[in-house]
Amino acid sequence: CFQGLTKSQNRANMSDIVPPEVRPKPAVPAKPPNGGSTLLGYIGIDTIIEQMRKKTMKTGFDFNIMVVGPSGLGKSTLVNTLFKSQVSRKSAGWSRDEKIPKTVEIKSVSHVIEEGGVKMKLTVVDTPGFGDQINNDNCWEPISKYINEQFEKFLKEEVNITRKKRIPDTRVHCCLYFIPPTGHSLRQLDVEFMKRLSHSVNIIPVIAKSDTMTVEERQEFKQRVRKELEMNGIEFYPQKEFDDDIEDKSDNDKIRRMHLQEMMPFAVVGSDKEYQVNGKRVLGRKTPWGIIEVENPNHCEFAQLRDFLIRSHLQDLKEVTHNIHYETYRAKRLNDNGGLHPITSNDTQKIYDFHP
Amino acid sequence: MEDEGEGVRAVPLAGHVGFDSMPDQLVNKSVNRGFCFNILCVGETGLGKSTLMDTLFNTKFEGEPTQHNQPGVTLKSNTYELQESNVRLKLTVVNTVGFGDQINKEDSYKSIVEFIDAQFEAYLQEELKIKRTLHSYHDTRIHACLYFIAPTGHSLKSLDLVTMKKLDSKVNIIPIVAKSDAISKSELAKFKIKITSELVSNGVQIYQFPTDDESVAEINSTMNSHLPFAVVGSTEEVKIGNKMVKARQYPWGTVQVENENHCDFVKLREMLIRVNMEDLREQTHTRHYELYRRCKLEEMGFKDTDPDSKPFSLQETYEAKRNEFMGELQKKEEEMRQMFVQRVKEKEAELKEAEKELHEKFDRLKKLHQDEKKKLEEKKKTLDDEVNTFKQKKTAAELLQNQAQQAGGSTTLKRDKERKN
Repeated sequence: CFQGLTKSQNRANMSDIVPPEVRPKPAVPAKPPNGGSTLLGYIGIDTIIEQMRKKTMKTGFDFNIMVVGPSGLGKSTLVNTLFKSQVSRKSAGWSRDEKIPKTVEIKSVSHVIEEGGVKMKLTVVDTPGFGDQINNDNCWEPISKYINEQFEKFLKEEVNITRKKRIPDTRVHCCLYFIPPTGHSLRQLDVEFMKRLSHSVNIIPVIAKSDTMTVEERQEFKQRVRKELEMNGIEFYPQKEFDDDIEDKSDNDKIRRMHLQEMMPFAVVGSDKEYQVNGKRVLGRKTPWGIIEVENPNHCEFAQLRDFLIRSHLQDLKEVTHNIHYETYRAKRLNDNGGLHPITSNDTQKIYDFHP
Repeated sequence: MEDEGEGVRAVPLAGHVGFDSMPDQLVNKSVNRGFCFNILCVGETGLGKSTLMDTLFNTKFEGEPTQHNQPGVTLKSNTYELQESNVRLKLTVVNTVGFGDQINKEDSYKSIVEFIDAQFEAYLQEELKIKRTLHSYHDTRIHACLYFIAPTGHSLKSLDLVTMKKLDSKVNIIPIVAKSDAISKSELAKFKIKITSELVSNGVQIYQFPTDDESVAEINSTMNSHLPFAVVGSTEEVKIGNKMVKARQYPWGTVQVENENHCDFVKLREMLIRVNMEDLREQTHTRHYELYRRCKLEEMGFKDTDPDSKPFSLQETYEAKRNEFMGELQKKEEEMRQMFVQRVKEKEAELKEAEKELHEKFDRLKKLHQDEKKKLEEKKKTLDDEVNTFKQKKTAAELLQNQAQQAGGSTTLKRDKERKN
């Protein structure tokens, strides 16, 4: 019912996933490889794809997404819209008129969702109180601390002698940063936050409640925001600097990344209410002057954000978190305690590489 | 996906979200990276290990048959890059050269165990590094060990039992009966039963094909009962009917490699490559490697601490070891410094001695010189005195001579002569 409708609408934009080729039946001549041996006849090496897929479907996935932004920007609604279910804090028993906290709190909520045989444990980390005070000095610190705590947890597990088969992953894979649609430029707070955290987490900036801007205003705002991000040296996801680090990025990936960066930050609208438009039921916001269709690419960029985040880069977000952000944290931690409380009483904290 | 105690609610989806593409995303990334698979072939020389590898991977790997005169067991590994559709596989085949050729085979298993451990060690080292690149690490750990059993038809040799016992906790062992066309079918059945019972009674843990996934459980459990696989390898093709098949031709008939009635080659290929390659890799990483890592770390002195005491045991031990190391370094440095100072002192003393001697010599010489000078001067004086005396005498004589001349007379001459005498 609902699934069929939205599917057709959304296949358009950015589904860059290449479905793996069906295994050819025997006697397919393979391309001659390098290395001193030529293949004659089918062996079956490519079945490893199927074997791998089966394995991953059995184990399921963890995904942790954090939303940051001042209250009232529709963060929870957007996450609910993204995952088409009541996964965010707002719906898990807290009420909307809850007082805004005096300091930034970190509240996380987990749900298990399943689709197409794939199980995912989704954890949404909310940060109520961010940017809401009169004095917002250092309001990013609790967030930074939380992110590092998750790295620390993982590191401790990894360093154990007897370790679990699958280390539970609570590290933040993606941080959606909500930019208020002022139409002018980034606020000081936005720049400070993103500058500090873009090195420990993948930041995806989004322009929230973008239905308050016309298409032209939106374009200009986006350009200004992008320029400001560039001027401040803020590398948001997907980061250019990691293109050379991770070897498995082909040239196509690099081109795609550049296209993506030109479209970001995505200007989105979130909604969990459905309306009838042209005989179809769509998610939208009803206003006296019309219904804003959330998944209509002409109205806002929600569909692009969803495709980018979930349908093509979900795994990549996890990999960048694991291979780059986590490794950076680990190296720092093993080198100089990362500025944390030292474990031993020695003053000399510099650790040498264990196998010099 | 275990919740570890916290109840995590499952929520229904109101529409298609799209994360069911996750396996595809993951698979695509793996395909881009390429795969690694490492096989170790253990068996006596001449059991057809290389031929079997050639047959399995439908190719001719380089290398020539080895001689039987190796002094010990060495391991030779070769890496090949194979590709099928979009899958790139880096296949490494490791062969035991000279296994079973020595008179005394007590230590034969050692080099194999060392090799396997060395691969684990290399991975562990990379994992322990501070700045590491695990995601692009070329994994050389052995994923599958094909153990070639000689087709005697009786039982396992003691070398086989000992070797397999040493290897079963380090690697996935798949025993196969090599050159099985040397045994008749009925003998083969008995042979297999004997082998299996000997393995069980000696507590050798061979690799069991996994039966927890329903899609492969059935075929895997059937295959488990066919172990050890009786294989025949051949890269030569013979025309049977109207097809060219891999076979071995004898005067009395032709053994077809891919005919399941003739041998278990197809089963081996199915199990090793087409069904369980990923599981073999996973078992290697999660079971054998973890065991190695645990043992090695405990050996090195690390301990897991209790959950409520100091959390970062690895770092503490890093610190402790580092301090120990630095302490040793300092001690050595001190020692060296001391030695240096000592040597310098000694040399100084030597030099002082030499200097003293020189001084003494110089003084002696000086004295000598002075003495001589004195003597000479005395002599000179004496001479001078003589000269003076002579001069005086001469003058006196001359004076007298003059006086005599003035006085005149020959008597002077006489008197002079007398006086002179």
